Amino acid sequence: MKNRQHYGYFFILPYFLIFAVFGLFPILYTFFLSVYKWDGMMPKVFIGFDNFKRLLTDKYFYLATGNTIKIWLFNFIPQIAAALLLSCIFTFNRIRGMKFFRAAYYLPNLITAASVGLLFNLLFNGDKSAVNYILVQSGILKEPFAFFSSPEFTSGLVSYIQWWMWFGYTTVIVMAGMTTVDNSLYEAAMSDGATKMQTFRKITVPLIKPTLIYLTITSIIGGMQLFDVPATLTNANGDPQKSILTTTMYIYNQGFKSYNYGYACAVSVGLFAIIAVLSVFSFRAMRRRGDMYDE
Amino acid sequence: MNRIKWRLVPVYVLLVLLLVISIVPFYLVIVNSTHSSFDIVTKLNLWIGGSLRDNYEKMQSNVNIWNGFKNSLLIAVPFTFFTGYFGAMTAYGFAKYRFKGKKGLYWLVLCSMMIPAQLSIVGFYQLNLKLNLLNSYIPFIFPGIANASAVFFLRGIVEQSIPDSMLEAARMEGATEFRIFNRMILPCIMPGVATMCIFNFVTCWNNYMGPLILITDNKKYTMPVMIAMIKGLYLSNYGAMYLAIAIAVVPIIIVYLFLSKYIINGLTIGSDK
Repeated sequence: MKNRQHYGYFFILPYFLIFAVFGLFPILYTFFLSVYKWDGMMPKVFIGFDNFKRLLTDKYFYLATGNTIKIWLFNFIPQIAAALLLSCIFTFNRIRGMKFFRAAYYLPNLITAASVGLLFNLLFNGDKSAVNYILVQSGILKEPFAFFSSPEFTSGLVSYIQWWMWFGYTTVIVMAGMTTVDNSLYEAAMSDGATKMQTFRKITVPLIKPTLIYLTITSIIGGMQLFDVPATLTNANGDPQKSILTTTMYIYNQGFKSYNYGYACAVSVGLFAIIAVLSVFSFRAMRRRGDMYDE
Repeated sequence: MNRIKWRLVPVYVLLVLLLVISIVPFYLVIVNSTHSSFDIVTKLNLWIGGSLRDNYEKMQSNVNIWNGFKNSLLIAVPFTFFTGYFGAMTAYGFAKYRFKGKKGLYWLVLCSMMIPAQLSIVGFYQLNLKLNLLNSYIPFIFPGIANASAVFFLRGIVEQSIPDSMLEAARMEGATEFRIFNRMILPCIMPGVATMCIFNFVTCWNNYMGPLILITDNKKYTMPVMIAMIKGLYLSNYGAMYLAIAIAVVPIIIVYLFLSKYIINGLTIGSDK
């Protein structure tokens, strides 16, 4: 029967053919173009690392990357906090309708982000938007607030939308991590007189650390590529005052609005490096604390 | 018993609050899609109104939203089929055969899962430009064959649920390798494949940036691209805009009502690794 082992190649062949064309080639070509100046029409001009020199002094690149990191932090930290709190509530108490609550919290994650962007635009934009109506009628605000003229508010709203779309998912994943924790560990801790908070900090958190690392890294990779919501929430240029211009929006604008393909590729490579550094950094930082991670 | 319940009151308050936060925006979309633009800007509507037909006619006068719906289906259905079938096939190849270079190739699959896809958009665009695939659905459908996360999840399922003895028995009876895969393996791992397919369908359906870059013919716009450009088209016609969002959102909610159990369970397949 051993002579059949080479059939494995036939089974994985279609995957690697398509991967080579639609996955690998675009990546390699992006790296290749990053050392050229090219508008898509004229011949490519090799300019070495000039694109990267420009990148290092490009204030829009720093602005966009700063925005992206800020939006990510302000949605990821509340997301983890909410997920830990909800997971504890659901795991340690008998909550009626737990599955219903959890399913409802996850719903926003399934909805097209482009629709979500437009939806929140409609809810907040203008003097007579639903949110202004509620705030004015209930007396919280004296007069309508121009939400999308405030950079702080708009950036915060993107963080909120991202939180809203992802806290249910994060809760499901954290809960799955918690249920794998052996119940006898809690019982032992309780019988030793540990408080709930102590058990949580000393037992639950260290044991779900692999789950938390997984969530952090996948969230960095996704969060640093943020595009759909900020691109559809306001005017697609990241306004007001470029406060929600993200790095991926900047790549899109450089490539497909200004036709600086070479430079857009250099920005992509730069963002790629940032994602790699952040992922490795957070992986190391989280692994070190507590030494519970062993595999 | 009563004391325990009282202690949980603040907890339930919090849970209900989060429930409201999660659901109310969708409720407002559905309600507002049945009100006139005048009603929408002059009061807060909490119940269904009578302008649905009116909004529908206004919406359809500018774009045919069902065309976007159809286009999204034309991409998402074959894409999902490819991720399921070829994902299972690749996973099976990795799980049950021993061949040279397997480790390295599987490592490549795992790496491609971590590589941020949107970063190679310029390369992706140029590739399709050269292959003459702009305004074609091929660049969105065929990558389904090389879906790394499908391979990763299904490999685990194949390893858990298919014993080697089963393959040996089938080989003894003279079945070819592909027949074994199609007739035995695939039906066995079908529940896992189906779960995987739900997620891939949703991801594909929601894809905004890809079609935004490659599709310029407005007859070929997908749902997310159509929704995103609606703001410019309808200006202050809020009723029509809400209705368009409702048409994009409600089918997903209906499907979720039926499949939420599988979807929630499916979420955790990957994370416990």
